[in-house]
Amino acid sequence: MTLYTTTVVTPPPARRRWKGFLIQVGYAIGFPIVLIVAWAIWTGISPQKFFPPPLTILEAFVDTWIGPAFFTDVIPSLYRLALGIILSIAIGIAAGTLIGLVRWLRELLEPTLEFFRAIPPPVIIAPVLIIFGIGDDARVIIIVAGSIWPILLNTIEGVRATDSVMTETAKSFALTRWERLRYLVLPSASPRIMAGVRQSLSVALLLMVISELFNNASGLGYKIKYFQTNYLIAEMWSGVLLLGLIGVLLATLFGLVERRVLRWYHGIKEVERA
Amino acid sequence: MPDTLLKVENLKKTYESSTGIVEAIGDISFAMHQGELVCIVGPSGCGKTTLLKCVAGLLRPTAGVIELDGQPVTDPPENMALVFQEYGRSLYPWLTVRGNVELPLRHKKLSRAERDRLIDDALHAVGLDHAAKSYPWQLSGGMQQRVAIARAVAYQPEVLIMDEPFAAVDAQTRADLEDLVRTLHRERGMSILFVTHDIDESVYLGERVVVLSKSPTWVQEDLHIDLPEDRDQITTRAMPRFTELRTHVYEQIQRAKRGEAVRAHG
Amino acid sequence: MATATAPAPTRRRRSANAARSARKIGLGLLGIVGMLATWQLIPTLGIVSPQYLPYATDTLANLFGEMRDLEFWRNVGRTLSLWGTGLAIATVAAIVLGTLVGLSRFLRKATHTTVEFLRPIPSVALIPVAILIFGLQPQAGLVIIVYATFWQVFVQVLYGVADIDTVARDTARSYGLSKVSQFRSLIFPTSLPYLMTGLRLGAAVALILTITAELVIGIPGIGSQITNALTVGDWLTVYTYVLVAGLLGLIVNLVFRFIERHALSWHQSVRGEEVL
Repeated sequence: MTLYTTTVVTPPPARRRWKGFLIQVGYAIGFPIVLIVAWAIWTGISPQKFFPPPLTILEAFVDTWIGPAFFTDVIPSLYRLALGIILSIAIGIAAGTLIGLVRWLRELLEPTLEFFRAIPPPVIIAPVLIIFGIGDDARVIIIVAGSIWPILLNTIEGVRATDSVMTETAKSFALTRWERLRYLVLPSASPRIMAGVRQSLSVALLLMVISELFNNASGLGYKIKYFQTNYLIAEMWSGVLLLGLIGVLLATLFGLVERRVLRWYHGIKEVERA
Repeated sequence: MPDTLLKVENLKKTYESSTGIVEAIGDISFAMHQGELVCIVGPSGCGKTTLLKCVAGLLRPTAGVIELDGQPVTDPPENMALVFQEYGRSLYPWLTVRGNVELPLRHKKLSRAERDRLIDDALHAVGLDHAAKSYPWQLSGGMQQRVAIARAVAYQPEVLIMDEPFAAVDAQTRADLEDLVRTLHRERGMSILFVTHDIDESVYLGERVVVLSKSPTWVQEDLHIDLPEDRDQITTRAMPRFTELRTHVYEQIQRAKRGEAVRAHG
Repeated sequence: MATATAPAPTRRRRSANAARSARKIGLGLLGIVGMLATWQLIPTLGIVSPQYLPYATDTLANLFGEMRDLEFWRNVGRTLSLWGTGLAIATVAAIVLGTLVGLSRFLRKATHTTVEFLRPIPSVALIPVAILIFGLQPQAGLVIIVYATFWQVFVQVLYGVADIDTVARDTARSYGLSKVSQFRSLIFPTSLPYLMTGLRLGAAVALILTITAELVIGIPGIGSQITNALTVGDWLTVYTYVLVAGLLGLIVNLVFRFIERHALSWHQSVRGEEVL
């Protein structure tokens, strides 16, 4: 008894494969190249005070960031970002699971938590600064205080929505509470949790930048502001470019993790769509 | 005389719903012996699923006694396995087929080799050797239900409870699955409690058929099926005795639906 | 034979449901009260000095005092108008560009990498650029508000337009429907739910960035009140306006959820989770 119908698939001839690959690459970099070339032409024709040509920005990028600045500003900023994100995820999922499982606790806390989530994250910086001062610790706390809410609330939602038939199945096989948590509740909630993590990543990045714009210390945001106040325009743009790259890097990393963790979920979606 | 495995005595279950008190089960008593295949049929809404859930320890009865192996059932007992109708919601999509079958075995104190052997054996028994690495949602409905059965079989329960497991499956697949259940019963001596609304199925599968009345439910008839042990879809269903039995059960259900049957007291 | 019980009067059903919601609301309110009580306790017990964390009672009293001041409402108005302007511009741009790109497979493929690169750039990274070009003016704020909000709505519109059921589209084409009427009867209704979701997400993002712009650039509004209070050490005002920002966020959220639900009341929702 065969399980799957087999379609005979002949691999495409080598030349066609190459062509397909090139077309893909073409789509990927075509439009960006057009934009960059257009920018270069525009700044070449009429030099703009605030928009340096792309090559100048690239030079400034290499000069500024590939060097000591990388270690004095970029790495510490990234370290704080990573620490803040990890803490948010750990605390958010742990607390969210507990709250989601205990019904009266959830009903008690949910309105309050929704209020905290509604506070625009940058605003949270103010009380944290007041209470915790201007240290490195404070900057991590700022990131956690702002980015924990999407994870927390999404975990609560995800945990609470565990399918009743799946729960009955687990109970009927006499799975212990911990086993249920590990093999049922958390995996079942993981799509919602991942959605929360994605939201909190952008909030964390936002808070990292802002908390550094505020403080006169070190860090990526601080450096960019410094360039701006001192009219080092190309350097400023290079900083923006770097932040952009960090943002893209975060998004890509998240995408990789999410695709792995939620492989089953995407699989189901594909099957449904077919 | 084989031992009494499962005893249900004067089971009663009432619910409070948004429309008032519902007496799902009025008074059910029956017993099931080791190695039996008992089918339960009844009109729609007669509380078959409620009965199963009480027997499985997922619901507390309002009154009455349920005993498995002489022990009262309060929580889901260790030596019982369930196969639900909604296989799509009962199998865990984040686990492979093998993962799903393995899950209930995790907390049984078994060596890895022993566990693997049980899993391989169960998958082979339901004919899904090749599908171990697939995910449930990659399989058809019938195959998914086989996975659920394999999961129950690997668990090696004393009694297997099946709640209308083939209702959501097409007719051809259902025939195959029915035969699978018979095979499991005969080759492994599994005690099976099988709830269905399909009268033909109940007669084809069961050694006994318990007919339930309509709500508030009681046992309208406990029928012994004297068909030969060796059954198959074509010949058995063509036998005159099969037709007699199924007609009888059908008539009972009709009477149950009309509420005509009168409860014998005492 | 046992008799069937007659259904209980509707009063019982209503009371069961009412009891459940009353319990939920009750617990929720209890939670809020508890939070306020905890807030009150922290400075009282000296865990944090009342200088740095004013009493809840003082903060609330200050809030009510502010609400009697006309200037307070002017600030709220400034924030809301900046927010509204940014949201409007971003939404229009997103609808136009999103529809154009979404309908053309070529454009979608060509712009994919660009979109995926530009989208994660934190809008706040553009603050120095905006300040350079526009100075410390509301226009600078508008730049970052529009940038961030645009992507939220754009992505949703893109999904929506791309989600057109191919069978439906083929049917429309085979009946020779003009492009305009295809748009009206097929594309628009299908993408409307996505647009509504995008609007809700965009509204939230726009508010965050509006207040951010006010905080960082100093544009007059709720955010700038916080910055000013911080500079002079008026912690009480800071906390008051933190509350205000939270309440504003809550209200915006509720309003847009309401709009989304009602615009979609005739349409089954098929999407899963959203992305901020």
